[in-house]
Amino acid sequence: MRDRGLILGGLALFLGLITFPLWYNLAAGTTAKGPDPKRPVQEKNCVEPVAVMRASHMDLLVDWRDQVVRRSEREFTAFDGRTYSMNLTQTCMKCHTSKEEFCDRCHNYAGVKPYCWDCHIDPKLLERTKG
Amino acid sequence: MKIRRRTFLGIAGLSALAVAEQKILGRVAGQGRNEASPRATGSQTARWAMVIDLRACLEKEGCTDCIAACHKVHNVPDFRNAAHEVKWTWKEPFERAFPGQKSRYAGQALQGGPVLVLCNHCDKPPCVRVCPTKATWKRADGIVMMDWHRCIGCRYCIAACPYGSRSFNWLDPRPQIRDLKADFPTRSKGVVEKCNFCEERLAAGKPPACVEACPERALVFGDLEDPASRVRELLRSRYAIRRKPELGTEPEIYYLV
Repeated sequence: MRDRGLILGGLALFLGLITFPLWYNLAAGTTAKGPDPKRPVQEKNCVEPVAVMRASHMDLLVDWRDQVVRRSEREFTAFDGRTYSMNLTQTCMKCHTSKEEFCDRCHNYAGVKPYCWDCHIDPKLLERTKG
Repeated sequence: MKIRRRTFLGIAGLSALAVAEQKILGRVAGQGRNEASPRATGSQTARWAMVIDLRACLEKEGCTDCIAACHKVHNVPDFRNAAHEVKWTWKEPFERAFPGQKSRYAGQALQGGPVLVLCNHCDKPPCVRVCPTKATWKRADGIVMMDWHRCIGCRYCIAACPYGSRSFNWLDPRPQIRDLKADFPTRSKGVVEKCNFCEERLAAGKPPACVEACPERALVFGDLEDPASRVRELLRSRYAIRRKPELGTEPEIYYLV
C-alpha cells in the first residue's frame, strides 16, 4: 500500500467530480424547485378538476381533437355542468393567455416537446409579430 | 405426476375447444357492437354540394375574390414558386377543367375562359380509398374531410385525385403565410392539404368563405338532400356539367353552362 495517498486522493477526486451536479444544484438552490406555471387569476375552475388536468390534460386534448375533427362534435360538458367549445386556441388560451408562462414552463421542466404549436397558433405570439 | 398420452391429448383438445369458443363468441359480440354504433360523422344529415354559374363567374374579369377569401381564412401559404405551390381553390382554363368538353365550334363562349376549381367532394372519393391512415375520409354530410394530425405525407391521395385538388407542403408553410389568422391552424411540413368545404364555418352556421366573397353570387352552396334548396332548384331548372364524370368519382361541384 505504498500508493495509498494517491489511490485515496484519486478516489476522493473522482467522487467529487461525479457528484458535482448534485453539489452545484444544492449551491444554486434549484434542486427542489418545480415548474411554476402562471395560473389564471380571473377564473378558478378549469374544464376538469385541477388534479385531473395536471395529470391528463394531454389525453383530454387528444380526445377533444378527435371529437371535433372526426365526429364534428364541438361542445364539451364539464364536470360542473358548464359547457365549453372544444377549442385549444379559443377556449384554453382564453384563460391560460400565455403559452410561454403556462404551457412552456412545465413542458420545458419535464423536457417534453408537444407538436401542438407546429400548426395551432398562439394568439399572443401573433399579436406580437403583428406589432 | 406422470401424464399419460391419453390425458395429454384430452387436455390439449379441451383447451383448443375453449380457445375456439372464446374467439367465436368474441367475434359475434364484436359484430353486435359495430352494428350498434354507426356513429354519424356529420352534424346533420345533409349532402353538401356547390353549383357554380360559369357565366356569372366570368362577369367580372380577372376577379379572384373567392380564392383570396378562401386562402385567407384557412392560412394557405403562398410560396410564389410553382414547384411548392399550395392551393385550395384556383382557376383553370375551361378545356383543362373539362377535357371531355373540347369541341371545334360548340361552347366557344366558355373556351379559354377561367373556371373556378376546387375539391369536388366526390361521392366516391378515390383519395379516401387510397389513404393508408384514414387521415382523409368522407363524412356523412358528403364533405371529404382531412385530419392533418393523422396525415403521414405519403401523397397517395395526390396521385389518386383526378382533379389535382390536393397540395403537399414540401416546406414549412408558416413563414409563407402573409396574414396569419389565429382561429384556424396552419399545416406543417410533410402534410397534404385541400379544400374542406369550410367545414369549420358550416359548424358555426356560416356559408363557405368563397360563396360569401363572390361579388356576382356565382357560387351557390346547399344541401342536395333538400328538394327545396337553391342548389336543387338550379340543377332542376338549368343544365349543369361536372368535371370528368366518366371516371365515376361522382363529383359534387356542378357547373352551370
